[in-house]
Amino acid sequence: MKHTLAEKLLLANLVDAKDGAGIAPGRIVRCFVSMTLAEDLTAPLGIKAFREMGANRVFDRDKVALICDHFTPNKDVASAEQVKSIREFAKQMGITHYFEGGNCGVEHVILPELGLVGPGDLVIGADSHTCTYGALCAFATGVGSTDFAAAMVLGETWFKVPESCKVEFTGRLAPHLGGKDLILETLRRLGVSGALYMALEFCGEPIDALDVEQRMTMANMAVEGGAKVGLFASDRKTVEYAKAHGRNTAWEIHPDPDAAYAQTLRIDVSDMSPRVARPHLPDNVVGVEELADVRVDQVFLGSCTNGRISDLRVAAELLRGRKVADGVRFMVLPGSARIYGQAMREGLLEVFLQAGAVIGPPSCGPCVGGHLGILASGEKCLSTSNRNFRGRMGSLRSEVYLAGPAVAAATAVTGRITHPADL
Amino acid sequence: MILKGKAHLVGDHIDTDAILPSRFMVTTDRRELGTHCMEGLEPGWGQRIRPGDFIVAGRNFGCGSSREHAPQALLGAGVSAVFAESFARIFYRNGFNMGLPLFQLPPGAREAIGEGDELEIDVQSGIMTDLTSLQTISCNAIPPFMLNILSSGGLVEYVKKQTRR
Ligand code: SF4
Repeated sequence: MKHTLAEKLLLANLVDAKDGAGIAPGRIVRCFVSMTLAEDLTAPLGIKAFREMGANRVFDRDKVALICDHFTPNKDVASAEQVKSIREFAKQMGITHYFEGGNCGVEHVILPELGLVGPGDLVIGADSHTCTYGALCAFATGVGSTDFAAAMVLGETWFKVPESCKVEFTGRLAPHLGGKDLILETLRRLGVSGALYMALEFCGEPIDALDVEQRMTMANMAVEGGAKVGLFASDRKTVEYAKAHGRNTAWEIHPDPDAAYAQTLRIDVSDMSPRVARPHLPDNVVGVEELADVRVDQVFLGSCTNGRISDLRVAAELLRGRKVADGVRFMVLPGSARIYGQAMREGLLEVFLQAGAVIGPPSCGPCVGGHLGILASGEKCLSTSNRNFRGRMGSLRSEVYLAGPAVAAATAVTGRITHPADL
Repeated sequence: MILKGKAHLVGDHIDTDAILPSRFMVTTDRRELGTHCMEGLEPGWGQRIRPGDFIVAGRNFGCGSSREHAPQALLGAGVSAVFAESFARIFYRNGFNMGLPLFQLPPGAREAIGEGDELEIDVQSGIMTDLTSLQTISCNAIPPFMLNILSSGGLVEYVKKQTRR
C-alpha cells in the first residue's frame, strides 16, 4: 500500500498494530501521543476534566507541557488565579515542562525550539495552532481541553484517518516573500473551510527552498483552511533543525510517490506579490498593491505564526535607519526568551527601539485580543498573526489585516499597507 | 433519545470568538459562560435561547480556536443540539466530548428551516422533523464511536469507564 504523510505518521504511532492493516481515510484509529500540551486559557478546563475522570497521575510527566503564554504576565486577578491553579497542578504531578515567566514564550515557538516535538511524533494540544509542528513532520493537531485531559490520563487518543490534499508549489518566490505569502495564497484558493477534516501536504521546489521556520509559519495556518494537519516531508533541513534543537532521534520521512490524494492544488508562485488577508476572514486575500490606501493605527510583529528570529531579522532589515510613522503603534513581541536574547545580541532590538517600536514580553500579546495592545472601535491593525476574525484583537468594530513580517515593517514605516519594495 | 426545541438561525463560518469571546474565558463555570453565549456575534443574542432550543447554522460552524468554552457556553445557555451544513473539526470533536450532539444537515435543508420553527430530533437515527413546516430531514447519522462517547455522557465519563476496566 502507498501512503500519504498523514497515514505514515498515524501508522508509526498506532496503539494496536491491527488498526494499521488496510489503513484508509475514514477509519478510526487509536494512537500513542508523544507530547500533549495546553495553555493558560485551555488548561484549567483540562485539569478540571482530569480530576473528574478520577485520575491522580499523568501517564508520563515528560510528555505533558503546560505553557502559560496567553494572558501572562497575568493581566488581572482572574487570569492570575487560573495560572496559579495550573502551576499547582504542574507541581503536584511533577510535570517537567511547565513554562511561565522567564522560560516562557509562545507555546508553538518554544516547543520546537526545545526539541520537545520533532519528526515522526504524534502531538495533540488544547490549542488550535498545535498544527504548527507539521512543519517538522509531526502529526500534530489541536483538540479541546477534555481530549487533552484524556490524553494525560491514557497516553493515547483517537483519530479519524483524514483524506489528504496535496498543495504543490512551482516557480520562484520574489524578494520580500516567504512562508506567510504561500499560506495566504493557499487559503485564498482553498477558502476557510476548503480543507475541512483534511490533511494538507505541502511540497514542490519553493517548499524545498524554505527554511524550517518559514514552514512553521505555513503549517501554523493549516487550521485556517479547516485542516486537521498541515504536513511537510522531513528532509535534510528538518533533520538538521531537529538535531540542532536537541533531538537525538530524527529521520527523513517522505510520502510514497503514488499515494492517493483526494485533491491536488497547484500554485505557481512566480510573479506573486506579497499577500494580505483583509478583514474578517483569513481567506479574504489580495495582493498588497490593492490595499495601498488603507491606513493603520497599529502593526503587530510576533505570534506563533511570525514571532521567530528569521521574522524579526526580515523586519529589522527593512526598519534599519527608518522611523515608525506618526500615529502608528508598532508592537514587537519576540516569540520566546531565547529569540529575545538572540535579537538583542544581533542588534535587532536596538533597530526596533530606534525606529520607535514597543517591545513586549515573549507571549501571545495582542494576537488574541485579551492583553497588551487591544484595538478600539474604528481602529485598524496589520498583524503578522493568523486570525482576523471580527473582534479578534479587540473591539467588534476594529479591523485586522494579516501579512508577513516584510509587509508589517514597511507598513509601520509609512502608516499605510505597503509593499516592502516601495520603501 | 428525542430532543425538542425552537430553531435559532445563524450564518456561515460562525467562529469560536463569536460564540464565546476570549475575554470571558476566565471561568470554567458552564452557567456563567452561558450568559455570554454568542456575545461576539451580537451582544445580548444569547438571551433569546430557552432551555432545549437549537442553533441552525450554515457552513463551518465553530471554526477558529480550540476552546471548549464555546460548546460549554452553548450548553450553559440551554442549547441542546446544533444543526449545521458543516462543522469545524475541533468544534465537532469538542461538542461530543462535552455531550452536545451535532447534526450535519443535507444540502439545501437549511433554507427550509425558518427562524423560530419547532424542531424534533431523534439523536440515534439523525432524523429531524420540523413541526412548524411539517417536513422531515435526514441528517448524517452519528458514527458509533462518537455515539458511544455521547451516550456515556461525554468524554469524561467515557474515560472513567476505560480506566475502571
Ligand atoms: S500567538 Fe495567537 S494564535 Fe498563537 S497561540 Fe498565541 S493566541 Fe494562539
